[in-house]
Amino acid sequence: MAKSLPPKERVKIPRQGMPEQDAKQRARNFEEVNLGLEVVAAESEAQRCLSCADPKCVQGCPVGVKIRDFVELVLDGEYLKAAAKIREDNVLPAVTGRVCPQEKQCEGACIMGKRFSSLAIGNLERFVADYERQTGEIGLPERAPATGKKVAIVGSGPAGLSCAGDLALHGHDVTVFEALHEIGGVLLYGIPEFRLPKDIVRGEIENMKKMGIDFQTNVVVGKSVTIDELFDEENFDAVFIATGAGLPQFLNIPGEHLGGVYSANEFLTRVNLMKAYDEENYDEPVYKCRDRNVAVVGGGNTAMDSVRSAMRLGAEHAYIIYRRGEEEMPARGEEVHHAKDEGVEFLNLHNPIEFIGDERGVLKAVKLIKMELGEPDESGRRRPQPIEGSEFEMPLDVAIIAVGTGANPLVQSTTPDMETNKWGYIVADDDSLRTSKKGVFAGGDIVSGAATVILAMGAGRTAAKSINEYLNTGEW
Amino acid sequence: MYPIVEAKLLAPDVKLFRIHAPRVARKRKAGQFVIIRIDEHGERIPLTIADSDDQGNITIIVQGVGKTTKWLNTLNTGDTILDVVGPLGEESEIGNFGTVVVIGGGVGTAIAYPTAVAMKQAGSRVISIVGARNKELLILEEELQATSDELCIMTDDGSYGEQGFVTQKLQELIDRGETIARVLAIGPIPMMRAVADVTREKGIKTIVSLNPIMVDGTGMCGGCRVQVGGKSKFACVDGPEFDAHDVDFEILIQRNSLYKDQEQKSLEQFESEQCESKKSACRLQHEHPEVGPKIGTQSNA
Repeated sequence: MAKSLPPKERVKIPRQGMPEQDAKQRARNFEEVNLGLEVVAAESEAQRCLSCADPKCVQGCPVGVKIRDFVELVLDGEYLKAAAKIREDNVLPAVTGRVCPQEKQCEGACIMGKRFSSLAIGNLERFVADYERQTGEIGLPERAPATGKKVAIVGSGPAGLSCAGDLALHGHDVTVFEALHEIGGVLLYGIPEFRLPKDIVRGEIENMKKMGIDFQTNVVVGKSVTIDELFDEENFDAVFIATGAGLPQFLNIPGEHLGGVYSANEFLTRVNLMKAYDEENYDEPVYKCRDRNVAVVGGGNTAMDSVRSAMRLGAEHAYIIYRRGEEEMPARGEEVHHAKDEGVEFLNLHNPIEFIGDERGVLKAVKLIKMELGEPDESGRRRPQPIEGSEFEMPLDVAIIAVGTGANPLVQSTTPDMETNKWGYIVADDDSLRTSKKGVFAGGDIVSGAATVILAMGAGRTAAKSINEYLNTGEW
Repeated sequence: MYPIVEAKLLAPDVKLFRIHAPRVARKRKAGQFVIIRIDEHGERIPLTIADSDDQGNITIIVQGVGKTTKWLNTLNTGDTILDVVGPLGEESEIGNFGTVVVIGGGVGTAIAYPTAVAMKQAGSRVISIVGARNKELLILEEELQATSDELCIMTDDGSYGEQGFVTQKLQELIDRGETIARVLAIGPIPMMRAVADVTREKGIKTIVSLNPIMVDGTGMCGGCRVQVGGKSKFACVDGPEFDAHDVDFEILIQRNSLYKDQEQKSLEQFESEQCESKKSACRLQHEHPEVGPKIGTQSNA
């Protein structure tokens, strides 16, 4: 730590900005927006860490990455060791460094943020993970000796991957089952290339394969095989269900069946997983956005990802239609900011009430109503209510519905002895993530409802700890 | 990777494949389907499982109508398919219902067949009506003969069986006083709609298997949503079979034509590439006559 400065000096260093692709240019391509920190910037940023004796940032991280320790290694120029340090707690550092809402987690807890600006922990995490990937020397943590116990993970999204990683370290034999043809869940089909390059996800999956984890794609648990069969016929000792909240919700307004009206899941799956944006080389089509009006309904990260994708597909106007105000938007601050820079138009305090089609059954307009915020509801947010008589029509060619998702019932419906709640989510104990069925654990969005990548990863870690205990003691 | 263990042409542009997919073969029930993707640049398309065996193979029957199906139909025994996922969808409602009329139109016959088999096994009396444009396009005749108490074959041009549409035969059965407990109709949308119109006034329960556009096939996108009884349903998880009298066929037709331009373009590009590769084969044949016959045999296989 030869280079470290006294705290008084450290706070004087400004937070290093993230270099990014020019807004005009990037708005029309699918390449990554954020370019990553250069070595010099990463060094300066690491200098800003106060090396707190009791680091609040670690508590703010849902998987408990040893942030102070890895930042100290960055300061020493030991980037590979820094990456390995992160991997002790986080199997997907290159991913989380890019997609976590750090302002609400580690960086939100950073003491520097109280008076100055918080340490750019996400950018540093990303820096070391990218460095590690470029050198190809991946600091995979060591596995415990084989226990001979078999664990099935259902779903290969962030919760499943993080659980699989931890269980493999404990020496268990882990198989991950995925319904789609590629591993990664929302990291692959949901979050677009320009925010999370798919090669990075694939790289992390390869690392996990090197840790001995078996991945089986094209297996729909509930259809191809049931939970009971995993125990009885395939001899698994425990199962972790991490199927996410992938059931799209629609608005249930007239005209939703029209051509050009998509769920965000469908639109993003076509664009990201099936690469519809590269129509020369891939076969899955997406409804034409070029030179057309595209609107996304919703104010979360999925809405931002969809609208920015539509922009990149050449939309003339790309709108966000959101029934509350910008302050209430659940999307990550950086994404809203990026979307605006790229030319996305925001119709806040608006709500669609009808989609209007032409004689071929294709969308041509949307009827909107203006909204105002009333009294706060149970969630503490001011309830949006329509302003009578404010309806108007707007020409529209493509509408993408991003108003949330629910629990996909495929696993639950074929596992009747596992308790679910009235919304179809699996009931699991808060601490142990045990379900009502012996040997079955559940976590991530299928328990909590749609949340973030890192919270799902946190649930995966908790599940791994709990599964490990169960496998070691045999007690339920 | 899923190996093709058998491929054979049943009719022009209609090919049967037996594919090794043990997880699917073990679990599949009549009425269910798989989603396949040929290679990493391919799209995902749904295909009904026509049959399965104890060796872990499933049978699918494919009609070449667009790029992916025509491409699929160029594959042969020993080739592989990158992704096969399933079984998907709800199984057919099977039982001893009395007399059941199973109607298959064109390649829809391949979809109706497993349900006819299951109905027969469950004790129902099965009358099958099969429709084809002409004799050449008729498929699964022997198989249906074996599983039906009565088999009626209809061709549009009268080149085989009786001349006329499947609905005419259905009307005949009704007129001759058959007590029909239910009708299952699978084929082109206009055919299914016409069958629904015939049975609606008689109050005969009629089931159709819908074929909307699908992407994932597991209920995560809603691309396959159909209007049934005024409500939105996902055909991949709620179906693909629905009560024909509740289905909005018009919306299904409209939604299925959404990507017509792109599909056409993709097909044209594929066919011109096929043509290019054939041309080079022809050139090769011309310049090196000794390798000619081999290449010729392959491209005709």
